[in-house]
Formats: sequence, C-alpha cells, structure tokens
Amino acid sequence: MNIIVCAKQVIDVSEMKVDPSTKKPILQGVTQKISDIDKNAMEEAIKIKDKNGGKITVLTVGPTDAKERIKELLAMGADEGILVSIPDKYDYHVISSLIAEAIKKIGDYDIILCGEASIDLFSGQVGPRVAGLLNIPQITYAQSLNAEKDKVTAERNMGDHAVTTESTYPVLITVTKEINEPRLPSLMQILGAANKPIQDWTADSLNSGLDPMVNTVELKGVSMERKNEIFQNDLDESINKLVESLAKEGVLR
Amino acid sequence: MVLVYSDDKKITFELLAKATELAKDLGTKTTAAIIGKADEILAEEYVSYGADIVFIAESSIDNFKAEEYTDIFENIIKETGEEIILIGSNKNGKELASRLAGKINSGCVIDSTNVYLKDKKLTVERVVYSGNAIAVEQFSSKPNIVTVPSKVFDPLKKDDSRNGEIIKKKIDGEKSNSKIVKVQEMKTGGVNVEDAEIIVSCGRGFKSKDDIKLVNELADVLKGKTVGCSRPIAADMKWLPEDHWIGLSGHKVKPKLYIAAGISGQIQHIAGMRDSGIIVAINKDPEALIFKSADYGIVGDLYEVLPKLTTAVKEKMG
Repeated sequence: MNIIVCAKQVIDVSEMKVDPSTKKPILQGVTQKISDIDKNAMEEAIKIKDKNGGKITVLTVGPTDAKERIKELLAMGADEGILVSIPDKYDYHVISSLIAEAIKKIGDYDIILCGEASIDLFSGQVGPRVAGLLNIPQITYAQSLNAEKDKVTAERNMGDHAVTTESTYPVLITVTKEINEPRLPSLMQILGAANKPIQDWTADSLNSGLDPMVNTVELKGVSMERKNEIFQNDLDESINKLVESLAKEGVLR
Repeated sequence: MVLVYSDDKKITFELLAKATELAKDLGTKTTAAIIGKADEILAEEYVSYGADIVFIAESSIDNFKAEEYTDIFENIIKETGEEIILIGSNKNGKELASRLAGKINSGCVIDSTNVYLKDKKLTVERVVYSGNAIAVEQFSSKPNIVTVPSKVFDPLKKDDSRNGEIIKKKIDGEKSNSKIVKVQEMKTGGVNVEDAEIIVSCGRGFKSKDDIKLVNELADVLKGKTVGCSRPIAADMKWLPEDHWIGLSGHKVKPKLYIAAGISGQIQHIAGMRDSGIIVAINKDPEALIFKSADYGIVGDLYEVLPKLTTAVKEKMG
C-alpha cells in the first residue's frame, strides 16, 4: 500500500512573541517544527504500513530548511521524502496545486494522509482542496481509521455526532489530533534517517504558471487589553475583592 | 451574484445579511441555495431574510458528502453565474468550500470574521497564529469562496412582505466512491457553550474527574450553569464530553463572564475565549499565562478558592 503524508513546516506558535508597541506577531527567528497534527497523520501512516505493508512518502512544500523537518518524519518511519520548493508568492491555491501535481508525479498511491489543519493558520483547506484537484474521495476529521486491502473505514468526528465512512482507494484522509499519540523516534532511528532519500523538486518543474488568487495584504496585531487585577494575598480578602468587583461589573445577576 | 449556503439555516440567515450588503454595493442580487428536498417553506424563509433568489437543487442525496455536494455546487454556479460564494463555516461547510475551490480553481478563505469590499475587491479577515494576529486577505480573481462561522454577522430583521424568486432544478451529482456506513450521536453533555452567558471552565489543574463538581457548583450559583474546559479535560482525559471544550479546535465562546480555574492559559485556549466580557482566572502559579488575559485573578489553590468563592457569590446574590 502506497501512502503519501503531506506535512507542513510551521513556526512554533507557542514560542511566538508579539511586538509590544504594534501588537504584531514577530515571525522571524521563531523555532520551526512540523505542524503537530501532521505528526498524527505520519503515525497513522506507520500503523497502516505495519498492518498492510507498503511505502510511506512524505511530501512537503517549503523552504530548504524544511528538509530538517522531513528528516524527523523519516526518523519516525517514513521511507522517502520529497521537498517541493516554495514559490515567492503563494496561497492555498498555489500550494494545493503543487501538492496535487507532485502526487500525480509520484503516480502510484492509495492513501494520502494530512492533518485536519496546520496549527499556525488553522484553515484545514489544503486536504479537501487537493482531493478536489485529484478528483478522489475525501474523508475529513478522522478520529479512527481501519485500512484493509480493498477499502478503508474511518470514524469522523463531526462535533455532536460521529460519521463512519468507508471508501475504496485512492482516498485522501485528514486526521484529528485525537487519532493517536505520535511516536518519538529512537536515537538509532534518528541516525538511520540520514541515509533515507529526500528528493528536491522545484515548483517550476511541476507547474510554472501558478499565481496566488488570494493575497495577504496585512497582518494585524490583536490587542488583548485586560484589567489584570490580580489578588494574591489573604485568600478570604481576595475572594471578597473579586466578588465586589464582579458585582460592580454587573455580572452577578 | 452573491451566493449563500449553509446546511444550518441560522447561519444562512446571518450570511444573507452580509450578502445583501455586498450585492447592494456591487449592484447585483443575492441567491440562497438549498440542496436536497424541495423545502419551499425554508425557501420562503430565506426570502424573508434577504434572498432575492432561492435556488433549490433537488437531489436524492440524503446525507452530506463533500464530493457529491461539491458536484451539485459546481452545477449551481454554472446555472447562476455566482461570483461571491459565502458558505457557513461548520465542519461540512469548510470541507465543501475547500474541495469546491480545488475543483473550480478559485481563491478560498476559511473562517472569515469580517468580509467587505475594498478597491472593489472582496477583502476578508481571519484570525491566525492561535488568535495572536488577524490576516487581511484580498481576492485577486473570481469567483471568491469564503466561509464564515456562526454569529459573525447579525441577520436582517425578518420581513415576510419581501418578494423573491424560487427556482427549482433537479441536479443529480456524480456519485462518490465513498459511502456513509453509520451516523451516531457522540456522547455529549447537551450543553451549548457558544450561547452561554456565564461559563466556569476547568483545566489541567484538576486532579480527578470527580473534582469537576467544584466548577459545577460555582456555575450553578452564578445561574450560568455552564461548564467549559480546556483541551486536556475533553480530549486527553475525556472527563467532559467535547461540547464543553473551549479553544482553537474546540468551541469559541463570548459569554459576559468567563471564569478559568486551573487553566494555564495556552494560546490555543485563549483563542477560544478571548472575546468574553469579563475574564477571571484562578491559578496557583502567579506566573501562569492566563493572568495576562484576565481582568481579575486570584493566585491560589483552586481546591481552596472555588468552594469559598461559591459561598461568597451565593451570599452576595442572596
């Protein structure tokens, strides 16, 4: 069974700082990592391969340093990586088209696995968009999966209800964070990953005529102005002050 | 044309208000789409909330499947020549919008919290980086697909005297290779945190499932009766069903009063509650991030603070 895992390099949002004067996020110099939920997709791919055999290819569109992130997934258990260079100007249309073109070039695939969304921008657009471009079935928000020889069955988390969906191959599946606990590779696996192949494909070689259809014209800061009145001395006194304040705010009715 | 669709009619009403405004600026009309049964009562309702045209795509499909709905949608767009497509941002809406964007090769923005025209181009805003920034996105080509969550826009006042055209057309989309085997209710507590006016939430600071009664008791005396929680409680420990989960991938709430007990204040949680009226934090760690996002805070052990606070609130409210 041939499995493709789509993974994105993102900034570690929990380490991101905000410029105190402009309130804008400072994106330079923040640690890069693989988007958390993409690691769940990777873990699920390993489980499917353990059960059914096959090959796992990691596909990333990103800058050259994303190769280091691909190595983390090779250490977890992927067989091969492909890094597609990221164009200067891009949007979901450009990225999804490059992923779809790369998948067509890989050619032989049964399951494409993605995280339900990336943790930096959290759109969840790429998975279903790629499924649309490839015109294959999509199963989103999978919280459990069972891949068999001719079909895959997934339980989808729809919030207030769960939908069990089954599909033949090829299929694109997006997974939630709850589907599994991604493994931590051993030192041997990390060392072994250095010998696994990573191919470099240029965006132009896949499709040279891609222009964004949506442009980010501004990244605005968000002000989180709060009173920050913190009571921390005598507990009974603190509680009285809090209750008085809440009463004055008019929320105790 | 500005097309509006959601399988949740309340969101459709809200989107129709925005669509009416955009259509006026563009000198065009609004269309609301219905997929499935020819529900003419619903169609009339859409007209009374601002639809100039209601397009009913009659189809035998009974359950939502993104592949089949996308196919029907492509047909609707061909029939009506839509340029702006507003879709309700629930789970079905998001995967439908994204797949449709891939199929018809158009720009798409998910979860927009503001939609307007600037320099005659559709411009939208969405929250990014776990609520720490707002990206302003502008479309440079048509059609434009935008999904909008519930409660971003207020619906127009219902006006039964409005007139609209109802078009019915049988459209049978391409059948998908996937099939729905089973639909079951998820275990829920039957709460709706998104509509709650007062929420008391618990997080990792709680040592056992039984201790959640401490938040229940406070919520009860506050007459809010709504208990929320951060990710670990719903997703990892499963002490509360997911409908209590507040955060980036849980529910987004804006109550008048939000009390966070034993919640450290990871930005993913803040993203779900930052629009609350008054925020109160209870945490034993004075350095906890949650205090930065709080109006009032008590540094202390929640096991001591919550029972005392419950008693004090009870006395104050009589």
